[in-house]
Amino acid sequence: MLENIRLAFQGVWDHKLRSILTMLGIIIGIGSIIAIVSTIKGTNEQIKENLVGSGNNAVNIQLYQGEWTLDLSYQSPPDGVPLISSEVLEEIRDLDEVAEASLYYTRNEYDAVSNGVQTLTGGTILGVDANYFDVYGYQVTKGRGFVEKDFADYRKVVLLDKIAASNLFSGTDPIGKTIEIKGEPFTVIGLISKKATAQPVINSMEDYYRYMSNSSSGVVCVPDTVWPIIYRFDEPQNLVVQAVSTDAMTDAGEKSAAVLNAYLTVSDDTIRYKGEDLLEQANQLQELSNATNQQLIWIASISLLVGGIGVMNIMLVSVTERTREIGLKKALGAKKSKILVQFLTEAAVLTLMGGILGIIVGIILAYVISGISSAPVAISGPAIAVAVAFSTLIGVVFGMVPSVKAANMNPIDALRHE
Amino acid sequence: MILRLDHIFKDYMQDKMVVPVLKDVTLHVERGEYVAIMGPSGSGKTTLMNIIGCLDIPTSGTYQLNGNDLKDCGDNELSQIRNQSIGFVFQTFNLLPKQTARDNVALPLLYAGVSRRERLERAEKALEKVGLSDRVDFKPTQLSGGQKQRVAIARAIVTNPDILLADEPTGALDSASGRQVMELFGKLNKEGMTVIMITHDAEIASHAKRVMMIRDGILSGMNGVKVSAGRRDVQEEDGGDAVWEEYAGGEEETQFEGEE
Ligand SMILES: Nc1ncnc2c1ncn2[C@@H]1O[C@H](COP(=O)(O)OP(=O)(O)O)[C@@H](O)[C@H]1O
Ligand SMILES: [Mg+2]
Repeated sequence: MLENIRLAFQGVWDHKLRSILTMLGIIIGIGSIIAIVSTIKGTNEQIKENLVGSGNNAVNIQLYQGEWTLDLSYQSPPDGVPLISSEVLEEIRDLDEVAEASLYYTRNEYDAVSNGVQTLTGGTILGVDANYFDVYGYQVTKGRGFVEKDFADYRKVVLLDKIAASNLFSGTDPIGKTIEIKGEPFTVIGLISKKATAQPVINSMEDYYRYMSNSSSGVVCVPDTVWPIIYRFDEPQNLVVQAVSTDAMTDAGEKSAAVLNAYLTVSDDTIRYKGEDLLEQANQLQELSNATNQQLIWIASISLLVGGIGVMNIMLVSVTERTREIGLKKALGAKKSKILVQFLTEAAVLTLMGGILGIIVGIILAYVISGISSAPVAISGPAIAVAVAFSTLIGVVFGMVPSVKAANMNPIDALRHE
Repeated sequence: MILRLDHIFKDYMQDKMVVPVLKDVTLHVERGEYVAIMGPSGSGKTTLMNIIGCLDIPTSGTYQLNGNDLKDCGDNELSQIRNQSIGFVFQTFNLLPKQTARDNVALPLLYAGVSRRERLERAEKALEKVGLSDRVDFKPTQLSGGQKQRVAIARAIVTNPDILLADEPTGALDSASGRQVMELFGKLNKEGMTVIMITHDAEIASHAKRVMMIRDGILSGMNGVKVSAGRRDVQEEDGGDAVWEEYAGGEEETQFEGEE
């Protein structure tokens, strides 16, 4: 076998130009498939990353009425929805899929935040507990974060994200300055941003589309203990959990929601907690892009088929050309199977080399495409393995007819062949 | 008896016509013999050699090699016999042009399942035996005709076959290289190799210890002419009687005259 492979490589080397031309179909086919798959994978990973967050695996658990979330900005909470106690929170933390859980209040407000000169025309006000930043993957980039005393002493301190900071302070250092939230004065103690700085803060489909349309409003964070100072009464909290892994996000959301639902005593049984299944939504988006690209792969496969037929054609020519060699080898005692394996190996080595060149071409092509369309590239290991295996298989399949022809050659006729 | 062909017939089909090529050929060869088979072009020499070499099967008749009847041998068994019992030398050398002399000679050992290291070792030994130790890494295009044929002979003997079968081994060589090849055959035969050589050249045939004639598919000169030292025996079908010339010279000066 080793000898066959050696001979096959020598054969390819001895006929460099012909080998390259023979491989061309395979190179193009494998190359375009690798390029497409890499671009798909890159796009998919981008979708997933954008939607699911940069590896923080945060899942929002929200109260739904039927298909829609209950927006507490517009309606008061229904009876039978208890506050989430710290015991219930512990219960959720104990779930296998949940790494960390956090409660928070949130309001989308217009014209509620100002520093006396500038006013935020839109934005989100968050009342957070000590875990929230970890769960959501925020980090403090300037100043300090919340400390225990902020919560315990009901300190009126506030953290701003980059957008809120620049809208309110337009470039000047906001730390130590005072802003008003619904008329209450708060001291700015720091700036926050999402950990993966290149990635946008996206926690929902709405955020995703907002990000996609390139608009974003600021985020203003206060300790949850001071929430009643702004809003006067205890509101139901929102829950966010951090799943142990991206794949556990769906389960983490469902199980956390189930824990909360067990405490509901609402009369309207369409009111339920539900995990916002971003993973599922990401998958749907990905499937959409997969479906379009699947068709491209089919087209590329046709060029592989053409490439395979090209290999068969050249191998048939080669078998005829080498009739005397085959006759000689048979005279020297080569069994049919030896001749068969020799030619199959040759075909497989040819297509395998075509496949490897195709992979290289495909990767280059993927980077060229991404350069043009700014879609990211993710080279897929399994796709490369499949390409290698598949190109070898093409050689074996399309090499079969010529190889059988060679193996069945009559040695006398072969030796007589001029 | 190493080789026993009895009443071999071989027909070819051509344009739906049966063409008889070998007609009742009987040939017995003892181990260590050196037999030449002579005959004009188209008389069936190569056909006979193909049958002896297990490349072809007779239409009828029996063929025993080393006491085994080859009638029931399948394709794989015939391949194995060709590999282990027969060494072929062709008129046109049939070397693989892209491979070195060493690799060419080692080729039959590949089909015998010998390891690469041993293959190359034995190939070098065989090349040494034909006097080409200094040409092991040469490719056929870098060799003269005589050298090419000696590489081919090395390839034929590398497996230590029972029979060396040569079909017009000097047909493509000048007389000097032809003589070298004949010397080599003589030497191999002296070492015990059974040699069957096909030729249409009487001078070449005279190197053999027994000469047979084939004419129009009929082999003659079969019966009981014993080989004795320094004497070549020739029998021809024409006239029915054996006609031979005695000579007592060295091999180089040997002159052979066949009478019609
Ligand atoms: N495969 C074949 N098909 C038909 N006829 C053949 C075939 N092989 C040989 N012959 C015929 O058999 C005869 C003997 O051929 P061959 O044995 O090659 O002769 P030689 O070697 O003595 O010159 C020739 O007439 C040739 O045409
Ligand atoms: Mg002939």
